[in-house]
Amino acid sequence: MEPQDLTKVVLLACGSFNPITNMHLRMFELARDYLEDTGQYIVVRGIISAVGDGYKKKGLIEACHRVDMARLATDTSDWIKVDAWESQQPEWVETAKVMRHHYKELMTAEQNNDYVDTAKKRRIEATKHAFEDPSSYHTRRDNGPQLKLLCGADVLESFGVPNLWKHEDIAEIVGRYGLVCITRNGCDAHKFIHQSEVLWKHHKNIHVVREWVTNEISATHVRRALCRGQTVRYLLPDPVVSYIREHGLYSAESEQKNADVVLAPLQRHTGPSSS
Amino acid sequence: MSARIPLVLLACGSFNPITNQHMRLFELARDHLHQTGQFQVVGGIVSPVSDGYGKQGLVLAKHRIAMARLALQSSDWVSVDDWESQQPDWTETVVTMRYHYGRILKQYQEGTGKDSGPTTNPHHLTSSSPRLKLLCGADFLDTFKVPGLWLDDHVEEVAGRFGLVCVSRGGLEPELAVHESETLSRHWRNIFLVREWVRNETSATEVRRALRRGLSVKYLLPDSVIKYIHQYNLYTGDSELKNKDVLLRPLTKQTEMPVKTLDD
Repeated sequence: MEPQDLTKVVLLACGSFNPITNMHLRMFELARDYLEDTGQYIVVRGIISAVGDGYKKKGLIEACHRVDMARLATDTSDWIKVDAWESQQPEWVETAKVMRHHYKELMTAEQNNDYVDTAKKRRIEATKHAFEDPSSYHTRRDNGPQLKLLCGADVLESFGVPNLWKHEDIAEIVGRYGLVCITRNGCDAHKFIHQSEVLWKHHKNIHVVREWVTNEISATHVRRALCRGQTVRYLLPDPVVSYIREHGLYSAESEQKNADVVLAPLQRHTGPSSS
Repeated sequence: MSARIPLVLLACGSFNPITNQHMRLFELARDHLHQTGQFQVVGGIVSPVSDGYGKQGLVLAKHRIAMARLALQSSDWVSVDDWESQQPDWTETVVTMRYHYGRILKQYQEGTGKDSGPTTNPHHLTSSSPRLKLLCGADFLDTFKVPGLWLDDHVEEVAGRFGLVCVSRGGLEPELAVHESETLSRHWRNIFLVREWVRNETSATEVRRALRRGLSVKYLLPDSVIKYIHQYNLYTGDSELKNKDVLLRPLTKQTEMPVKTLDD
């Protein structure tokens, strides 16, 4: 396939990044390798979008630190960038909304780049308008880059947690955009997809990437080690380790933050206004 | 409070190539030993094996040394030593340990010779010569079981005279390996088992596999090492075939001319 025939993909990872670890960064690399190996895609950008403080997760430290650490971690990457929009919103933002925001930005950028090619510009406009209409998320996007949510199996399986996700949001994420799910256990992921009506409907849009090198560098483990004064060197990039030390982040105290607070999505979706 | 025993950790291995996991072994071991309250880890040595080892897929020692040096540039206590890699033939681990122990002892003796009395460094808690311990992963303990790979006397010397610090990960069970060996069991007090709770199976084998297939290894090794690998095009389908039909050197050497034990 000629390079221009390849579908451009942008990978978006949403999460706490509390803190960012080598595992998060590896996910991007694995996803890119996988997609490009299919011969259909070219991955042009990776975006790290740290969740805002309004998420109210236990132990979540200030967004400004999490964004700064992510920036330090991606310094040596020529394709993975950090976007602070989500982290700066005063209230928690649903993932589907974050995706809409980034997709819009992508379309606008494409438009600005192709002012010469009016035919392409018209196609992109049409896509944008179709996109504005929430009921048309099955519309194919022909030439613009595709935005895909990059995540671990834990996020995929969290679709099953009551009140954590709105049904229509899940449908939009897998229907309009697509998912790239990095997992050690391919069987479980496929089973989960098989057992869910909405996921099965869009299973062609869900890429399950096997992680052969088991890498459980979870941020939870990292925080635990830090609280106990144990080393985290080589689990995170060196500049992030230094940053954590300089700012004295992650202690028994920081782990207690939001201990008695309900997670924002659960607060929002169990209210009478939720569908 | 009694003074802590100063310790140097020596890691022998292929380092083909060195990975973040190798470097983590040192950090985890140091933390663990410090937490026992008995030790002060004063240095770490990475000693890549010589080309004479004959292991399949082993790239030239000069490259493995260069990569380890790049990786450890940012470490202020672990360094690379090329003595073992420079020896004409494969060197038994116990011989490498004796060499480094002698060197460390000599350094200490020359250092304290300058002082006529108690050390003037107020932070110097240690007063004795540093001990040397072998740092390894749990898979290393299992090698003691492989017929012909180790001489009993050598296992005795490594575990008894020096000591082992073994960092485990994933599903491997170091306690079992110790239990199943008479020699190791006898010296259980000298064997420190460190648990890495974060399962991280970044092995050099996987890294080489990924490189052969043109896949990314970023964040598994330092960028400087990745750059070096690409610069010299190490780790290809061909490089993995090197030594394919060759017997591992320890299996031939130790039957030909076993190294004398210290008692001889």
